[in-house]
Amino acid sequence: MAEVLVFVDHVDGAVRKPTLELLTLARRIGEPVAVALGAGAENTAAALAEHGAVKVLTHDASEYADYLVVPKVDALQAAVESVSPAAVLVPSSAEGKEIAARLALRIGSGIITDAVDIEAGDEGPVATQSVFAASFTTKSRVSKGTPVITVKPNSAAVEAAPAAGAVEALAVTFSAQATGTKVTGRTPRESTGRPELTEAAIVVSGGRGVNGAENFALIESLADSLGAAVGASRAAVDAGWYPHTNQVGQTGKSVSPQLYIANGISGAIQHRAGMQTSKTIVAVNKDAEAPIFDLVDYGVVGDLFDVVPQLTDEINTRKG
Amino acid sequence: MSLRIVVTVKYVPDATGDRHFADDLTVDRDDVDGLLSELDEYAVEQALQISENSDDDVEITVLTVGPEDAKDALRKALSMGADKAIHVEDDDLHGTDAIGTSLVLAKAIEKAGYDLVISGLASTDGTMGVVPALLAERLGVPQVTLLSEVSVEDGTVKGRRDGDAASEQLEASLPAVVSVTDQSGEARYPSFKGIMAAKKKPVESWDLSDLDLEAEEVGLEGAWTAVDSATERPARTAGTIVKDEGEGGKQLAEFLAGQKFI
Ligand SMILES: Cc1cc2nc3c(=O)[nH]c(=O)nc-3n(C[C@H](O)[C@H](O)[C@H](O)COP(=O)(O)OP(=O)(O)OC[C@H]3O[C@@H](n4cnc5c(N)ncnc54)[C@H](O)[C@@H]3O)c2cc1C
Ligand SMILES: Cc1cc2nc3c(=O)[nH]c(=O)nc-3n(C[C@H](O)[C@H](O)[C@H](O)COP(=O)(O)OP(=O)(O)OC[C@H]3O[C@@H](n4cnc5c(N)ncnc54)[C@H](O)[C@@H]3O)c2cc1C
Repeated sequence: MAEVLVFVDHVDGAVRKPTLELLTLARRIGEPVAVALGAGAENTAAALAEHGAVKVLTHDASEYADYLVVPKVDALQAAVESVSPAAVLVPSSAEGKEIAARLALRIGSGIITDAVDIEAGDEGPVATQSVFAASFTTKSRVSKGTPVITVKPNSAAVEAAPAAGAVEALAVTFSAQATGTKVTGRTPRESTGRPELTEAAIVVSGGRGVNGAENFALIESLADSLGAAVGASRAAVDAGWYPHTNQVGQTGKSVSPQLYIANGISGAIQHRAGMQTSKTIVAVNKDAEAPIFDLVDYGVVGDLFDVVPQLTDEINTRKG
Repeated sequence: MSLRIVVTVKYVPDATGDRHFADDLTVDRDDVDGLLSELDEYAVEQALQISENSDDDVEITVLTVGPEDAKDALRKALSMGADKAIHVEDDDLHGTDAIGTSLVLAKAIEKAGYDLVISGLASTDGTMGVVPALLAERLGVPQVTLLSEVSVEDGTVKGRRDGDAASEQLEASLPAVVSVTDQSGEARYPSFKGIMAAKKKPVESWDLSDLDLEAEEVGLEGAWTAVDSATERPARTAGTIVKDEGEGGKQLAEFLAGQKFI
């Protein structure tokens, strides 16, 4: 069976969930071969093998941390040349998309970004995209070269499927461009202990209606009662009430959780672009005319300062 | 010293309009107003700020690849303060994908001459966020992308990239390709004076032959990707909406419990 390269997103060897989802999708079109780069690359092997990787190609060098994007493109290109895969799958992060794009260009292939599903087709893998703020669903193919496809988080269920996961060292020669953009400083984000926004099964968001940074404590309490991630609208972020990294929408994160709870958010098209594919949508808004109510499975027209604390209490009580 | 900045700007269908696809599965531009992609306004803004903060002569050229009406996007950028504009327009460009768009842009950027290319973080229609990286690859220069802060001094571009795991300080020497996010600073509104001045600024029109490109390399025919179908997402079935009369939170908890979220 044809091999399918899966680019591994990991932090010091801890594989992030979107990569495990990619392994599930990769198995539909071939045998997954994972490519893990940077510090801790070899430590990814066990998790990748458990989820179907027949092989894990690894390589570590200081270039991956010291320079932007290109060293990873060089490595992925080396992997493509050694494996001749039927397709290359990359998680749809900002960096993932840039790596995928440059790789596609180098190997003379087309690229599809932000797929939400992949299936095998007569003329190669068919990718489903959710476009125009999720108002249309398209099915596309790469028609030239080896398909390079980036896939959004939460696009497939993670399934265990034990495979050999044999670790092999990847030989990489860095290109002249690899050291072009130097990373001169790095400030890691502090962990909040809450789930990662794009990977969370439940997201609780606050908007302009939350009316102040201090009131986001209400949103956080509700999130914690559900084990959820916290999101925010751009209005709340621009007002400085919550960090930009938590923004949901066109210029923030796009999320696709099982449950999305929008509090004090009107539902502008750019916000919808980032959350419209959530499975179940709930909103609390005091304006019965707010466009967000067109999307909801359940909506409460009311003041969030009354509804949210009551909801949080009730959830905590029910959990006992 | 002089600094030549090329800002790539895309003309896109208004996101608040009724966007949909034409029969050939390309974006239908007839039924919806177009505008300068709002995210490219941030790119124009940063070019203007680099110019304002520079002791060198800075020339800002705005570049678009798009149909006839895409001139509107160029006018907007010129009225914000850019110096001149290039419009790459050719019937054979219809349906060009990301790889093809980057080919045309790269050729035009090379022909125009540049020290720095500034792009938006993503268009508001295709929203791929890949064109700046593709341009860097094609031009063989560093990519310094997704910056929320950018500065240029002594032939070096520096910036801050706020990623998921970390915030990174980046540095590269010119020439380079930069893209900026909407966190980089509010874009200015064109002044009346700016709008009047824009009318007199030069707009060049280039077609494929000006860029030594063949029709087969671009457009739907030359595309590296193919769209097989586009279907409108079915409207969500109307949900339950309750008015809070003191029990709204509890009712919502009941719903969530029914859905097994609690
Ligand atoms: C290019 C571009 C990109 C953008 N990207 C994004 C993006 O990524 N994400 C994003 O969110 N936006 C984005 N926007 C902005 C978007 O257009 C809206 O301005 C924004 O989403 C509005 O945020 P909001 O819903 O919190 O605020 P508003 O629209 O002001 O809505 C606030 C809501 O809160 C309700 N409310 C007020 N008080 C209460 C209360 N006490 N209890 C209950 N409800 C209350 C109000 O009824 C209202 O519906 C973008 C815009 C542009 C042009
Ligand atoms: C809904 C939709 C989905 C699509 N999916 C794909 C796909 O999966 N694969 C594919 O190959 N193509 C795809 N396309 C086509 C692709 O979007 C266009 O070819 C486009 O010109 C490049 O991608 P982008 O608009 O997403 O730009 P991005 O990569 O998001 O744009 C980033 C920046 O590049 C610059 N830029 C982009 N286009 C132009 C332009 N024409 N003129 C000047 N500057 C520009 C701008 O500065 C912009 O801010 C899609 C188009 C649509 C409408």
